[in-house]
Amino acid sequence: MSENIKDSKKAWFPMGKKEKRMLLDPLNDNNPVTVQVLGICSALAVTSMLLPSIVMAIAVIFVVAMSNLTISLMRNYIPKQVRMIVQLVIIAFLVTIVELTLKAYSFDVYKQLSVFIGLIITNCIVMGRLEAFAMANKPWQSFLDGVGNGLGYGVILIIISFFRELFGRGTLFSGSPLEMKIIGAGSDFWIDTTTNSFFGWYTNNNLMVLPAAAIFIMGLIIWYQRSKNEKLVDIS
Amino acid sequence: MNKSSYIIGFVTVLTAVVALVLSLLYSGLKDTHKKNELLFEKKAILSSLKDVVGNSKLTNDEVSQIFSKDVSQYIIDTKGNILDKTQLENLGLGDLTADELDAKKEFAKPFDKRLMPLYVYKDKKGDEYYVVKLLGKGLWDEISGYLALDGDKNTIHGASFDHKGETPGMGAEMKDNPKFAAEFKGKAIFDDKGNLVSIDVRKGGAVDKMHDVDGITGATLTSDGITRMLKTSLTNYEAFLEKQ
Repeated sequence: MSENIKDSKKAWFPMGKKEKRMLLDPLNDNNPVTVQVLGICSALAVTSMLLPSIVMAIAVIFVVAMSNLTISLMRNYIPKQVRMIVQLVIIAFLVTIVELTLKAYSFDVYKQLSVFIGLIITNCIVMGRLEAFAMANKPWQSFLDGVGNGLGYGVILIIISFFRELFGRGTLFSGSPLEMKIIGAGSDFWIDTTTNSFFGWYTNNNLMVLPAAAIFIMGLIIWYQRSKNEKLVDIS
Repeated sequence: MNKSSYIIGFVTVLTAVVALVLSLLYSGLKDTHKKNELLFEKKAILSSLKDVVGNSKLTNDEVSQIFSKDVSQYIIDTKGNILDKTQLENLGLGDLTADELDAKKEFAKPFDKRLMPLYVYKDKKGDEYYVVKLLGKGLWDEISGYLALDGDKNTIHGASFDHKGETPGMGAEMKDNPKFAAEFKGKAIFDDKGNLVSIDVRKGGAVDKMHDVDGITGATLTSDGITRMLKTSLTNYEAFLEKQ
């Protein structure tokens, strides 16, 4: 412990073993979605296409990181009795900033995400990190922890939406300049499903468009992760 | 333990700072928001006309250009009259254009007081298309859209839909899935006798080929909302559309 304090006194922004773990742990061993099972609601709701998922991921990374940082800076001054209210005010403040900015500079995506930007306020990951980490740790470490947890959430969102968009609509990045039509009649890429062609029998799976598909894919991800990661085996 | 005065002071300062920053940001970005919203509406109108306008991916400049060149905007009342400048001034509206009309407020007024926006698009051959505004309630929140009619004021040329809070993957398909809007093309809103029957978004699939479209899977209540929205919105335009 004393070593750590010495460590972090050397530099303003230390990047030791401990800090790296803060950043990378949430990507796998302590993933907020697949291990802690937080933030499931929005993970089911926004993942039907890649573009909104990516924007949602960026928004959550920003909100978790910045609220962690802000609360950590204020942690010695926040009265214990009202700490949760203060945390909520900070989260709502940051989410409103994200919402106003998106509405001004990326209106189409703002329209697509509609209520879910506002609902970041109720995402358990954000409040969870504030209570569990930022209230007791230094600003830089809290910031890293926030970025890590946001990334952990975002990675799962992007994996799920990749499969949902590909098999549900046959496209990728639909709505962005990168838009690709992978599967479908007259596809630009590999699989052309015009009636008489080789893949003519294929139709898009409508289940993938529905939120239920997200929970199946999430289940498969959790299954795969637990079968590969020894730390998660027999966790009970 | 903190003193009450400290807690109250802390919360007051925090709230004041947060409120100040947010209101500054909001008023700074307000004009951009307004511009985006108007442009978004214009894009939606052109999307209902995409078979004549062509190229469904228009840049913002192209949208404004098409609007100033090929689209005329009118404000009509529910008796089917196009209001001219003096009539608008008598109502205290001055030189209000159709896209600045607050549709939500107009729909809330009593039927014979309502003013409706009307967009007329003229293609290169000189054929006219009429675009009418749709507004209604879905399952969770407001739904809206535009319906483009051919020159006969009966056959649907195209449609575009939008919503505020329908469930993604279900009700939101009304906007996300272009196949839904495409189904409207070629349907008729009047029956043979000239009565307004509107279009039915039918659960389980269309029955009447001229006046039904397939409902959205898993979104019966949104589908019903769209049916109601079409009926009430088209009733506003009924008198105008029946005029030859």
